[in-house]
Amino acid sequence: MSSRIEKTFKKLKKQGKKAFIPYIMAGDPSLDATKQIVLLFEECGADIIELGVPFSDPLADGPTIQQAAERALQNGVTLKKVIALAEDLRQVTQIPLILMTYFNPVMKYGVDNFVRDAAHAGVDGVIIPDLPPDEAGDLLSIANPASLNVIFLLAPTSTDERIKKVIKASRGFIYYVSITGITGGDLLLDGSLHASISKIQHFTNKPVAVGFGVSTPGEASEVARLADGVIVGSAIIKKYRESPDRAKHYLASLRQAIQ
Amino acid sequence: MPALQELEAAFLDSKKDKDFRRELVHLQKTYIGRPTPLYFAKRLTEHLGGARIYLKREDLAHTGAHKINNAVGQVLLARKMGKKRVIAETGAGQHGVATATGAALVGLGCEIYMGSVDMQRQALNVFRMRLLGAKVTEVPTGSQTLKDAINEALRDWTTNVRTTHYILGTVYGPHPFPEMVRDFQSVIGKEAKKQIFSAEGKLPDYLIACVGGGSNAMGFFSEFLRDISVQMVGVEAGGKGIETGEHAARFAGGSFGVFQGCKTYLLQDDDGNVLGTHSVSAGLDYAAVGPEHPFLRDEGRVRYTYATDSEALAAFELLSHTEGIIPALESAHAVAEALKIAPQLSKEKLILVNLSGRGDKDVQQVAQIKGIEL
Repeated sequence: MSSRIEKTFKKLKKQGKKAFIPYIMAGDPSLDATKQIVLLFEECGADIIELGVPFSDPLADGPTIQQAAERALQNGVTLKKVIALAEDLRQVTQIPLILMTYFNPVMKYGVDNFVRDAAHAGVDGVIIPDLPPDEAGDLLSIANPASLNVIFLLAPTSTDERIKKVIKASRGFIYYVSITGITGGDLLLDGSLHASISKIQHFTNKPVAVGFGVSTPGEASEVARLADGVIVGSAIIKKYRESPDRAKHYLASLRQAIQ
Repeated sequence: MPALQELEAAFLDSKKDKDFRRELVHLQKTYIGRPTPLYFAKRLTEHLGGARIYLKREDLAHTGAHKINNAVGQVLLARKMGKKRVIAETGAGQHGVATATGAALVGLGCEIYMGSVDMQRQALNVFRMRLLGAKVTEVPTGSQTLKDAINEALRDWTTNVRTTHYILGTVYGPHPFPEMVRDFQSVIGKEAKKQIFSAEGKLPDYLIACVGGGSNAMGFFSEFLRDISVQMVGVEAGGKGIETGEHAARFAGGSFGVFQGCKTYLLQDDDGNVLGTHSVSAGLDYAAVGPEHPFLRDEGRVRYTYATDSEALAAFELLSHTEGIIPALESAHAVAEALKIAPQLSKEKLILVNLSGRGDKDVQQVAQIKGIEL
């Protein structure tokens, strides 16, 4: 059975369109606000939404998302509450939802319990940047039958062997990290991005979405030409903290850029 | 992952590379000052009235702690891999100083990440690193201690992986770090074994070492693991006491988790967030422990216990008075355990304590704790 994420990519492909995947940290500034932001994302034309799960030590994240996680943790937000938020959202929207979390909260929750509860709540996928496919056997053996897509990451430094391994393990799409570095870094739009994505696409028909460092509509448009989807996180959080109105305007300009 | 695979390949290759080994041994002897002495602590032994206590004097190694053993090994490896720059995290500042020293030794660029809290309590070491030509970068996030410094160093490494080698300071993190750091530190136990045989003609009855990440303990213990008559004790930071929650005793208060690239014992809350820790000693003030330690504990090979801040401070003063040796506050935790067990043992028993570092860096902090203005 294909997941909501897979269906979305299929539909977009038929229409010749690319996926716009905005990210927001759940619980920053509050879970109620996150619910409103998710609905705003959908209203602004998002195809898939990434919900950050706050963690005390977000290794793959830059300062913007680190600070968002700290605020969410201060608000008492936990993995359990983020799953409950997803369940709540499912009452009002059918947009695909992906959790971005680190592995320790999942392990503490219990891998079995996590897959069961997340799938039951209507979560469609999960990204765990500190869990390479080499160590993900247990999770995959439970998540795949439950149609919870586990999405793995590739980086500019990934070898052919690595690319094949990640492609094989990933469901939903492949997450290509556009820079060597952390979320919110500076994207370098040179030939290397094109070459890397082409190389991945050479090995697979699975969709490839690009994130880490996409911040301007210009960059988003450039990336959308190459990949099947564009993920924007830190830049949205920054705009939202300036003012929700500005964020709305910014989301609209990203949507327009990603075609 | 490719960086870790590159590192593993270089490390395995270095083990067979005769020139590499020759240079390492040469530097250990002429630069670090190895072998470090194994010193019989006569007055401390008499004071306690029990087992004979020997101190493995890692405090006499260049830069004043065992950390240099690993740093020199890894800078040679970084050079072998063609990296132009090394980075490191530091808690007490000892590993930062050792890395800055190693970088100066072989001519590599160097940046050290250090939590804001640690920078305050180890201001002297911050200045030492800068004198050695390193850039010291403050980490103001999270608990502003060692774990946050590791996060930031890992973020730097993922960003600059092509030109940079990350010199992790302890037997921690993703493979091959735990094995590699143990290998570079194993010189401690190898020397100690020869030295105790030549001094006493027999194996020791006890080995005691403090455990933060656990590299001095692994380096000390590993050579003796097959000698089943040798009992080993790892001493964690009990801080203000386990019941207060303000400590860094992972075995006493932690549970299994995955953190910073390894599966190990971790101080965490019910939702899997890593807890803040407390210790008077910055080098032990850390929420996780090197993954081989839980293995050795579960095998029943090493017993893990803790010393509180006040026990460590008492040991710090006692060793200074009785032997004229001011230990690092980290090492004072190991001494504190020796104070507990030596009096219960007969006089022919032998205890070896790894005195992992010297206490000059801690003098100011101890004065402050005692309310003395310098």
